[in-house]
Amino acid sequence: MQAYITRRLLALLPTLILVSLIVFFCQRLIPGDVIDLMLSQNDLATDLDRAVIEAALGFDQPMYIQYFSWIGDVVQGDLGDSLWQNTPVTQQLAETMPITFELGFLALIVALTVAIPIGIYSAVRQDTAGDYVARSFSLLMLAIPGFWLGTLVMVFPSVWWRWSPELEYVPFFEDPLQNLSLMIVPAILLGLSMSAVTMRMTRTMMLEVMRQDYVRTARAKGLSEVAVILRHALRNGLIPVVTLIGLQVPLLIGGAVIMERIFVVPGMGLLLLEAISQRDYPVVSGVFVVVGFGVLLINLAVDLSYGWLDPKVRHQ
Amino acid sequence: MSEVTLPLVAVSVRERPAFVTFTLRLIREKPLGAFGGAIFVLFLFFGLFADFLIPYGVNETDLRVRLEAPSADHLFGTDHLGRDVLSRVLIGAQLSMTIGFVAAGVATIISIVLGVLSGYFGGKVDMLIQRFVDAWMCFPDLLFLMVVISIIGAGVPQIVMALSLIYGIAGSRIVRGSVISVRENMHTHAARCMGAKTMHILVRHILPNIMPVVIVLFTTRVGAAILTEAGLSFLGLGVPPPTPTWGGMLSGTGRTYMYMGPWLALAPGLCLTIVVYAINVYGDALRDLLDPRMRGSR
Repeated sequence: MQAYITRRLLALLPTLILVSLIVFFCQRLIPGDVIDLMLSQNDLATDLDRAVIEAALGFDQPMYIQYFSWIGDVVQGDLGDSLWQNTPVTQQLAETMPITFELGFLALIVALTVAIPIGIYSAVRQDTAGDYVARSFSLLMLAIPGFWLGTLVMVFPSVWWRWSPELEYVPFFEDPLQNLSLMIVPAILLGLSMSAVTMRMTRTMMLEVMRQDYVRTARAKGLSEVAVILRHALRNGLIPVVTLIGLQVPLLIGGAVIMERIFVVPGMGLLLLEAISQRDYPVVSGVFVVVGFGVLLINLAVDLSYGWLDPKVRHQ
Repeated sequence: MSEVTLPLVAVSVRERPAFVTFTLRLIREKPLGAFGGAIFVLFLFFGLFADFLIPYGVNETDLRVRLEAPSADHLFGTDHLGRDVLSRVLIGAQLSMTIGFVAAGVATIISIVLGVLSGYFGGKVDMLIQRFVDAWMCFPDLLFLMVVISIIGAGVPQIVMALSLIYGIAGSRIVRGSVISVRENMHTHAARCMGAKTMHILVRHILPNIMPVVIVLFTTRVGAAILTEAGLSFLGLGVPPPTPTWGGMLSGTGRTYMYMGPWLALAPGLCLTIVVYAINVYGDALRDLLDPRMRGSR
C-alpha cells in the first residue's frame, strides 16, 4: 500500500507543475489590460505611472522570473494581493471557500442519495417500466441546464404562491438552521443534475456485476436477494462509481458558480465572477490555483481509496 | 461457463448506400435515438433558416405590446421591450447550433490530432501530452471559458475557439484509447510489415477504425458546447446583447421581468433542454450501434 501511495504521489508532480503553468499563463496573457483599467480611473495617469505600476506588479521582469517568483510565493501560501481591494487573496479565499465547499458537499450528498438507490433499482429491475422512468429521468437531468432549473425555482413559486427561496446569506456557525434552509435549494438543484451521470454509472456497473459468477454462487447458497445485492454486488459495483465522483468534481464546481450567482451565495464562484469583471487577475489565478490543486487532491484521494477498496489495484 | 462463439461473417450485398442502411437500422433498433436525431435535425433546420422563419425583427421593439402573454400574434409572448420571444428564440437557435457545431467540429479535429499523436507514437510524446491533458482536465469547462473569454473578449469566434480548445484537449484521451487498441490490430501490423508509410497507416488503417468513437465524441460535444455556451451567456460573459442567446435571454435585465411575464423564463430553457436531450439520446443510440464497448461510459 505504501509503495502504491508513493507511486501516485510521484505521478502527481509533473501534473502539479503543468497546472501551475496553465494558471500562470492564463493570468499573464494580457497583463496590460488591468493596468489600462487602473490608469483610466486616474486622470493624471502618465507613461511614468504605467512603468511604476508595471514594476510594482513585477510585469517588467522576464516571463520565467515572474513564473518562479510567483510559484515560490504560491508554495509558501502567498497568492498575492487583490488589485482593487488591497487584501490578500488567501484571505478572500479563506472566507469564500468553505461556503462553496459546503454547497458542493451538500450537493454530493443529494446526488448520491438520489443516484445510488435509483441506479440499483434500475439495474435490478432492468427493462421494466420503473427502469425506463429512471433512465429517462437521468437523461433529462443531463440535458436540463442548472441555471434554467434555478431560474424556474426562483420565478414560478413566487408567481404562483408568493414564495421565493431565501437570499440573505447567514454563516453556518451563526445560525445553522437558517444557513441550511438557504443552501438546501441550490444544493438540491446541483445534486440533481450531478445525480444523472452517477445513476447511469451505478446501473451499468450493477448490471455488469450481477452477471458475475460470485453473485450466482451467493444466490445458489440461498442468500436473500437483498443480501446478494447489498453485500456482494453493490460493494464491487460501486468501485468505478467512486472514481466517477472524483471526475465529476470539476463539473460540480462549474455548477456551483451558477448556483451561487442565482441564489446569491457568497462563495468562490461569486468571488471569481466579480474578479473577472474587474480583471482582478491575482484573485482569478488564486481561485484557479485552489480549484486546480483541489481537483488534483480529490482525484488522488479517489485513487488511493480505489487501492483500498480493490486489493487488485494495489498489487499491480 | 463455456459458450461457443460463432465466427461472424460479414455479408454486405445491399445496394443501398451505407448511410441509408444505417439510418434504417437506427430507426428499427433505437426508435428513441432516431427520434432524438430527428429533433436535432429539426433544430438544425430552424437554425439554418432562422432568418426566413422569424415572424418579427429580432430587435424590433414595440412598446404597445410589452410583456404580452403568448397569443396567436406572438406564439411565445413578448418581452419587456415588446420584442417577439419566438423570433429571438429562433435566432438564438441559430447561434447555439452554429457554436455547438463548429466548436464540436474543431474540437474533434484537435482531439484526433492529439489522440493519434499520443496513442500511435506513444513513448515520450504520449507521456508529455497525457500529463498536459491531466492538468487541463483539472479545471472546470465553464471556469476556464469564463477566464479565457474575459481575456480575449466575448464574440462568437472567440467562444468557438475557446470551446474547441477545451473540449478538443479533453476529448483527445478518448481518441487515444481507441487508437491504442486499433494500433495493435492485425491489419495495422500487416501494413507496417509490408512497408507502408506511417502516413498511409494513419489515414487508411487507423482513422477509419476510430471513426465510430469520433462520431460519438462529436455528437456528445455538440450538446456539451451548447450547454456551456448557454451557461457563459447566462453569467453575462457570452455574446453581448442585444444579440439573443438562449442563456442570455434567461439572465440580465430580462430576469427582473420574469415575475411579471413568467413565459419569458420558459422558451429559451425549454429549447436548450429539448436540443441537448435530443442530442444525448441520439448520441447514446449511435454509440450503442457503432461502438458497443463504450456503452454506459460518458
